[in-house]
Formats: sequence, structure tokens, C-alpha cells
Amino acid sequence: MSGNETISIEKSTDDAVENGLSRLTPQRVSHVINQVLHQETGARFKAYVDTCMRCGLCSDACSYFLSNDRDPSFSPAAKVKQTIWEMLAKKGKVSKDFLRRAVHIAHLECNVCRRCSMYCPFGIDIAYMMLLVRRICHKLEITPQYIQDTVNSHSVTMNQMWVKEDEWIDTLQWQEEDGREEFEDLRIPLDKQGVDIMYSVIAPEPKFQAGLIYQAAVIMHAAGMNWTMPASPGWDNSNMAMFTGDNEISGRIARTFFESAARLNVKRIVMGECGHAFRSTYDVGNRALSWAMPPFEVVHAIEFYHELLTAGRISIKKKFTKRVTLHDPCNVSRGRGLHNMARKIVNMTCSNFTEMTPNKEHNLCCGAGGGVVNCGPPYKKERMVNNRVKAEQLAATGAEVLIAPCHNCHSGLEDIIHHYKLNMEVKFLGDILFETMEKKIYRPEE
Amino acid sequence: MGPMVWISALICIFGLLVKFILIIKEVYEKERYLLSYITVRHSLRSIIAWLIPFYPRSTRMRPVYYGISYLFHVLLFLLPVFLMSHIVLINESFNLSWPAMNDTAADILTIGVIFALVFFVLRRRFIPDVRFLTSFMDYILILMVLLPFVTGFLAYHQVILYKWIVIAHVLSGEVLLIVIPFSRFSHMITAPLTRAYTGSEFGNIRHARDW
Repeated sequence: MSGNETISIEKSTDDAVENGLSRLTPQRVSHVINQVLHQETGARFKAYVDTCMRCGLCSDACSYFLSNDRDPSFSPAAKVKQTIWEMLAKKGKVSKDFLRRAVHIAHLECNVCRRCSMYCPFGIDIAYMMLLVRRICHKLEITPQYIQDTVNSHSVTMNQMWVKEDEWIDTLQWQEEDGREEFEDLRIPLDKQGVDIMYSVIAPEPKFQAGLIYQAAVIMHAAGMNWTMPASPGWDNSNMAMFTGDNEISGRIARTFFESAARLNVKRIVMGECGHAFRSTYDVGNRALSWAMPPFEVVHAIEFYHELLTAGRISIKKKFTKRVTLHDPCNVSRGRGLHNMARKIVNMTCSNFTEMTPNKEHNLCCGAGGGVVNCGPPYKKERMVNNRVKAEQLAATGAEVLIAPCHNCHSGLEDIIHHYKLNMEVKFLGDILFETMEKKIYRPEE
Repeated sequence: MGPMVWISALICIFGLLVKFILIIKEVYEKERYLLSYITVRHSLRSIIAWLIPFYPRSTRMRPVYYGISYLFHVLLFLLPVFLMSHIVLINESFNLSWPAMNDTAADILTIGVIFALVFFVLRRRFIPDVRFLTSFMDYILILMVLLPFVTGFLAYHQVILYKWIVIAHVLSGEVLLIVIPFSRFSHMITAPLTRAYTGSEFGNIRHARDW
């Protein structure tokens, strides 16, 4: 875990960024920058820029800054200095090299986890400003390739992973079929109108983690819930456009999602263990559609499991005995205050729980969220270097199992564990629940 | 007291007032939805949490800087208001008065303020991340605060060129007042606003602490 690696890492780029840059003219660059910074923002943005006293208290918030041996260029305010302040000072007349660096800072050196706004005495929302930079990159068409591909997929299929409609339905029916061999009368009800719950997942679940849908169905079955999953587009709650600054597509995604809940006439939406999807449906997407708060009650898996356990709808057969620790994902702890509930679930299902520090709202980022992991393989190595502190934090717990109730966190933490050889297994809360709960197993002789 | 004192004081107060009104007006015109998230309760919760010394985690991570900065801000307001010679001047003009601070105490605290400002300069020079963020303007801002305190200290002790020092004291104080609404010194009104908004987003929407 040496920090010296940092020096040898070249800042990566990719074809989409480079091709995009080659197409840009100075006029277009300054026009887009000025349009976004002056017309798409207001007094709030000006106050953020005018209020920063350059005190540096935000530095200690950032896992990039801490992981790179306090390299000043990774301080949150420094990221604003290297992007927004200079764009404003030069009235948008910035070079292509500047933009190459700006793409990198906004997309790969910031997880928009909003930890720094908890460390700034004035509460300046630096993540918001990094998202403005991403918005500029989007309008200049210099968004990194892999994440842009997920947005393209959203735009065409309304899901992140190019899952076709028949593949989606087929996957659910396949999971139902498998489930019915083990659990009596298990169903994954498709497009059932007027039920209590619309259950929604992110597209990677049907694409390559179908087992998670199976587990969710078993939990719903054991708890006796009246639920459904939509059979047509609008089932995916993820929203990568929210992270590329493509606000128009981001709004379309959220609209399709809420409309499928309205079409099914459900009472509330329950979602799997994903952080950014929760941010999209609970915090961002609804605003794009002019809803101050979501038009449906949006329930994250943590809240849902907690409800099932405390209401006695599912009971724990045998507690999980391996030593576990819990990672608080930004979008459900800092973003929704679910960290205490998550702890209660862990304590109800596990007998050997060790806290990592710092935790709850102050937890260190997984390094993958905010679209960083979605920028793909060209940037993986630096992502590992940029989150050394997380590896140190994990190692200090001495836990065998790391519980992370978020898909993005999962991907990031698995990479870190592998890279730093931590010998830990990453699990969802749902995995633990599935392992420890009382299930309605099919016994033909009864 | 001459007219410049009143002019500069009025520029400061009205400048800040106009700035505040313009911010609210622009929010109303362009981002009115922000107001639907702000609550008085969560705004105050956040502002108060950040006024309690060493309560927020980030302030505990840099205790020396934060401690000095906190005292500096308190003294910046207390010293000029409770200084005997300032109260005498106000009394001559308005026949108003209030209890004054002991002159020796004020003298020592003035040295404290000067020390704090020197510390800020050194910090900007030698702490790498702060140095990276620092521009020439940051030193100018520090100098603008430093001058009234240094000249005030010299004037009180009447060491050299008393008359000129007093003039420099009055002038630098007036310049500082005039500059406040037009510079980042206006964080005295924008910071509570940004804090209130972030505090409301965290408290009201995200049900989380922001300190």
C-alpha cells in the first residue's frame, strides 16, 4: 500500500474524450461554458463561488486527497479551482488540454459523494459544481466512452445495459421457474396492477446478477408481500445520465420509471440495494420532473428489510457468525440517513459485527460511485491508487465479510479488495438476510 | 468624526443588504424550487452546529487553524465595537454609549488578531493544499484586515507619527468597510445562506447530519 505508485500513474484518457476534443472549436467551447455557467445556474452557484475562502478544510474530506498522500491537486476546492474558477476567469476561453484535465477531474477524481460539503464550514456543494463541469463536458461531447455508452443504452432501451424487453421478461421467468423448484408457490408477478409494491432493480441485475432477483423473490415470498415487477421499460431504476450531466435523458429515465409505477397503480416503490439509483429516484429524478419530493414513496432495500424484520414478517433462523463490517454508501447514508437502520439489520442478522471508522455520514467513499466505475477499464488502475485509504480502513477492521448495501460500492470495493489483497468477501445485506432467514421451503411430503 | 466614516459604514451595510436582496431575487427568478427545500428548523440546526466550537468533524481535524480562526472572527467584531476610544467617538456624535473593554485587554487581544492574521499568511505559504488554493487576492484580503489593527495598535501606543498613523487607521478601516460587500468578505452574509441551504438539504431531504 505505497503511495509512491501515484507518481508513475499517467492520467488516462479514452477515444471518446480524444475524438470529442478533436472536433471542438474555440467558439463552441466558450459558448457552451458560458451558457452552462451563466444561464443554467443562478444565485446559488454564484454564492458557492464567492463564498469559498480557500481555507482548505474540505481537503480532509476527500478520499482522493488522502489516498494520494495529500496531493493538493486532489483537494475538493482545488478541483473547483482547476475547472470552474478558471472557466469563469477566462470567460470560457479555455484550451483543449484544460478540457482534457477538466473531464478527468470531474469524471474520475470526484465521486460526487458530497462528503466535502460536510467538511466545508459554509456547506458549499462542490459535488454540484463537479456535476456542472460534467454537464459542460456532455454538451461538448467529451464524456468518457464507457459511461456515455450506458447513457446511450438508457436513451434507446430505458435501461443501462442494453437489456431487450424479451430478455428482461425471460430473465424474470427463468428466476421464477428456478425458485419454484425450491420454494412452494413462489411467484415473480409481472405487471400486476393495483398491488402494494413495485419492486425495481438496476439493469446489471438481469444482465449478470440474476441471482439477486431470485433472492429478492424469496424474501418477498417468505414475507408474503403483494408485489410486482414491470414487464415493460421503466423497470430499471438506475440513471447514468444523472452523472454525465445529460439532464434531458436523466429526466426521461425518471419519468418512464415513475410512469410505470403509476401505470401499475402501486402504493409504493421498493428498490434493490443500489445507492445511485436511490439518489436518482429519491432526490434527483423527481426534481427534473418538477416534483419537490418523489411522486411515489420510494423505499430503499435497507428500509424495506428493516421493516420486514421489525414487523416480524421474516424471522432469522440462525445468525451469520463470520466477522462482518459495514460500509455506509454515500447515497443512502449521507443521502438518506439510513445508516442506523442498516446497523440494526446487521445486528439482527449477524453475531460478530465490527464497525469501520470513520462511519455513518462520515464514511469514506468506495471510490466507484458517482459514475467513476462506469468510466470503465481505461481508468481502473488509477481508481485503485485513488482509494488506498479505503483499503486501509477495511484492513483495520479485520473482518472477513464486508457488507455493502449498494451496487456501485460493491464493484468498487471488490476491486479494492482484490488490488490490495485484503482477503474479504463483499456481500449485500440481502445476501446476509437470504442466508440467515427462515424460508418457506417446498416440502412435497407435507 | 468625518463624513467618510458614515459613508463607508453605509456602503457596507447597504451593500450587504442589496447583495442579500439580489441573491433572494435571483433565486426567486431562476431557481425558485430551491425554496421548497429550505426549512427554518434545519437551517438553524446546521448554522448552530457549525457555530459550536469543534463540534463539526472537519474542525477537529485541523484544531489549531480552526481554533485561531474561530477566535479571530469573534475578536474581529468584538474589538472595534467595545473599544473605549471608539465608544467615545460614538458618544460624541450620538450621545450613545455602552460598557467598554479594558484598554489593556483590548491591547493584548489586538496583538492576538495580528498574530492570527500572520498565522493565516504563514499557513497560506506553507500548508501545501492551502497554498495551492491561494491567489494573490487572498493576501490582499488579509492585508486589508491587518492594516486597521496594526495602525490601531500603533495609534494607541503613540509610538511614531501619531497623527499620520491615526489617519492611516481611519482610512484603512473605511476601505475595509467599503470593500466588504464587493469582495469575498461578503461571506458574512452568503455563508449563512449556503449553510442554511445545505443544512436543509441534509436535514429535510436526506435526513442526515451535515457536520
